[in-house]
Amino acid sequence: MILEVEGLTVQFPTRRGTLTAVDSISFSIAPGEVLGVVGESGAGKSITGLAVIGLLEPPGRIAAGEVRLEGRRIERLPHEEMRRIRGRKIGVIFQDPLTSLNPLYTIGQQLEETILTHLVLSPRAARDRALSLLREVGIPAPEARYRNYPHQFSGGMRQRVVIALALAAEPRLLIADEPTTALDVSIQAQIIALLKRLAGERGAAVMLITHDMGVIAETAQRVAVMYAGRIAEIGPVRDVIHAPRHPYTVGLMGSIPRIGSERLVQIDGAMPRLNAIPPGCAFNPRCPRRFERCLVERPDLLPAGTSRAACWLHASA
Amino acid sequence: MHLLKLESVSRDFDVSRPWLNRVIEHEPRRILRAVDHVSFEVSKGETLGLVGESGCGKSTVARLIVGLYAPTEGRLEFRGRRMQMIFQDPYASLNPRWRVRKIIAEPMIFLEKKKPVSEFLLQVGLSPDDAERYPHEFSGGQRQRISIARALAGEPDLLVCDEPTSALDVSVQAQILNLMAELQERLGLTYLFISHNLAVVSLVADRVGVMYLGKIVEFASAAQLFTNPRHPYTRMLLDAVPDLDMSGKPRTPVAGEVPNPLAPPPGCAFHPRCPHANERCRVETPKLINDVACHGVEEGRI
Amino acid sequence: MCVGAALLSPWIAPQNPFDAAALDLNAAFKPPAWVAGGERAFPLGSDNQGRDMLSTILYGARISLGIGLASVVFALVLGVSLGLIAGYFGGRLDAVIMRVADVQLSFPAILIALLIDGVARVALGGERHEEIVIPVLVLSIGFAGWVQYARTVRGSTMVERGKEYVQAARVIGRRPLAIMLAHVLPNVMGPVLVIATIHIATAIITEATLSFLGVGVPATQPSLGTLIRVGNEFLLAGEWWITVFPGVALIVLVLSVNLLGDWLRDALNPKLR
Repeated sequence: MILEVEGLTVQFPTRRGTLTAVDSISFSIAPGEVLGVVGESGAGKSITGLAVIGLLEPPGRIAAGEVRLEGRRIERLPHEEMRRIRGRKIGVIFQDPLTSLNPLYTIGQQLEETILTHLVLSPRAARDRALSLLREVGIPAPEARYRNYPHQFSGGMRQRVVIALALAAEPRLLIADEPTTALDVSIQAQIIALLKRLAGERGAAVMLITHDMGVIAETAQRVAVMYAGRIAEIGPVRDVIHAPRHPYTVGLMGSIPRIGSERLVQIDGAMPRLNAIPPGCAFNPRCPRRFERCLVERPDLLPAGTSRAACWLHASA
Repeated sequence: MHLLKLESVSRDFDVSRPWLNRVIEHEPRRILRAVDHVSFEVSKGETLGLVGESGCGKSTVARLIVGLYAPTEGRLEFRGRRMQMIFQDPYASLNPRWRVRKIIAEPMIFLEKKKPVSEFLLQVGLSPDDAERYPHEFSGGQRQRISIARALAGEPDLLVCDEPTSALDVSVQAQILNLMAELQERLGLTYLFISHNLAVVSLVADRVGVMYLGKIVEFASAAQLFTNPRHPYTRMLLDAVPDLDMSGKPRTPVAGEVPNPLAPPPGCAFHPRCPHANERCRVETPKLINDVACHGVEEGRI
Repeated sequence: MCVGAALLSPWIAPQNPFDAAALDLNAAFKPPAWVAGGERAFPLGSDNQGRDMLSTILYGARISLGIGLASVVFALVLGVSLGLIAGYFGGRLDAVIMRVADVQLSFPAILIALLIDGVARVALGGERHEEIVIPVLVLSIGFAGWVQYARTVRGSTMVERGKEYVQAARVIGRRPLAIMLAHVLPNVMGPVLVIATIHIATAIITEATLSFLGVGVPATQPSLGTLIRVGNEFLLAGEWWITVFPGVALIVLVLSVNLLGDWLRDALNPKLR
């Protein structure tokens, strides 16, 4: 396992009390595997990603749990150490390529800077490596574009550069937070394919955070569905999509428009705000299949076929 | 009988650099043709979908129809009495300093008979108490409901919807789309539905127009467009939609990116990315024949 | 609270300092009540004409505050209107308004106020001018300060104009004036209030400076600035209270105006309710 997360809890102390954005979640990612983390806004998926790489904005903090990168605990490391690990062992791809790249430096400079910060190479070797990375992510004629600034690239090209940057130091873990949301559909497909290929070739673990189930279907092997800061269901992508075990996942799959579908299933109500999470199962107010136990006791992830679902419907006893 | 008709409508934007810069650097004026000779009709009671990627001009078409822009060329004919519009961003489309009551009541200023605000709130699934609140107290989905209520208060014959659900979560989107379908049936509304999301459009529209770089490249009924797309760009778009069903169908590799609209390729704007492009495509702009603008289709090659 | 005191001054001053009949030259140059030789009836002392300092300060504060407020209101209305128009319509109108603003910004405010005031004096002649000196002052300080409002409002207006709620109003069919006033204005006023409160302080100080220089309010109806000027002549002679207390009053006034402004801005923000 490259990444192991156990019982991770992220909290935000506020004037009106402590908000729990992520409530005791656990998952792991193996080498070469893509884990999709899917959820609607407010579910806590981005916060999870930020917590793993140590970029939580104070006052947010990891209140409990462990994050292990290749066996080593990283959730409580001091800033300096985390900074070194972040570039070297973890690569990050954010949603907006415009703000991920520094507009004042050429992409060549930014690539070289990242490479030289984390790898011991001569400047010549660093440049060669940068060029080969650009070629790998599909930038045509990289030598010509090496001295270009970010604004001289289109959105899709910029995102490719961001991916090159993320891969620059040969990370073991890649975290991609909505990498294709800001891109057109035709470009999305290209970027998805690229990510999948590169991660597979390098045997890196990928945590793909997105609200778009379609992207997950194309890219990931396993998926974790998040709701109100918890994991509702986790399992192989095919099974979660075609045979969801958690009522929320069922509703979610039904509400995704597909070409040729007739009517959309809707889940009434909305995801609870962080300061108003109901007791027991967080989904119970909206769940068509709830019963007494759901109102009182919060379910753990229980085995349900090939997946696991946090739902009392799957309690064995 | 059509409710709305566009005849060869075009819209240019002057994106030239400031006068002084142009004079000093000897630059010509730069004109962006956002909409290029677009024609179509919308019949009463139907939902016409306009689909395309960013920069294709669909939002500009919406704004031309409601009168936010004037056409540079061409004619618009509207046989109804009133139009209203629903916008993409639920956070920017409501005045943050106005209470909901005032927001919904605004379109009624020009009407003779004014209905109570609570009626519209109930129609969109909100409570009459919400009239006294401010927009920031509501979620994205609820704000879109308020926008819809506001539009309905204007008693429109045509509702132009510019990406109304693109900024919403998928389950909220489902609620809003179901609501809109229900309202259409109950009130006999006509929709012009604009989106970049093909799956959503396939669900809501009766007929669909596909736009690329300001032009309409294909028109078809929803059923036909998604089972039998004719224009190469339409096929490419459909192929690019992530396959949720994971049927494992083979995908033709997608080439290139949308070109700069300031310098569109000569001839057919799609030819640099088209696997079927020939010499004629590089030179001659295809016209909309039989609802498809493609030489290859016309010649029977594709 | 301090502002309240200044506003209420006409009613609480123990003496009307401008009622010549009540003056008694024998009461001139009394020191403050706590110093030897002072009297209870003149708690802060008296000036060279026997006027009670406390009363004159209260009246003077009222005039200073009045001029400050009025000129800010004038500058605000002028600047916000021009800013709205420039930001909403853009194009040539915007270019013209902004060029005028730019030109004016290259002159210091005092200079502009002096200029307008000077022109008024010459145009109206001495006596006529004295009658309407306060409106003239208000106009000149106002004209000197509209640009900052116009600039801010123009920028905010351009931002708001691109937002969809403005477009929705246009689709609904509202006319530009209605949209500017009902929709855009409430959303761009925030920074304006902040500027205004700082501006009141600046305006009061500008008026005080002008009066101190002798081109502001005359001594017959003195503002705090005039008082300071008049009192200055007696400073070295030992009657320090005639200039110091008006000075302190000026500082207190300006401070309380700033605090009031901060409070007002927060109170008016619906998001904090």
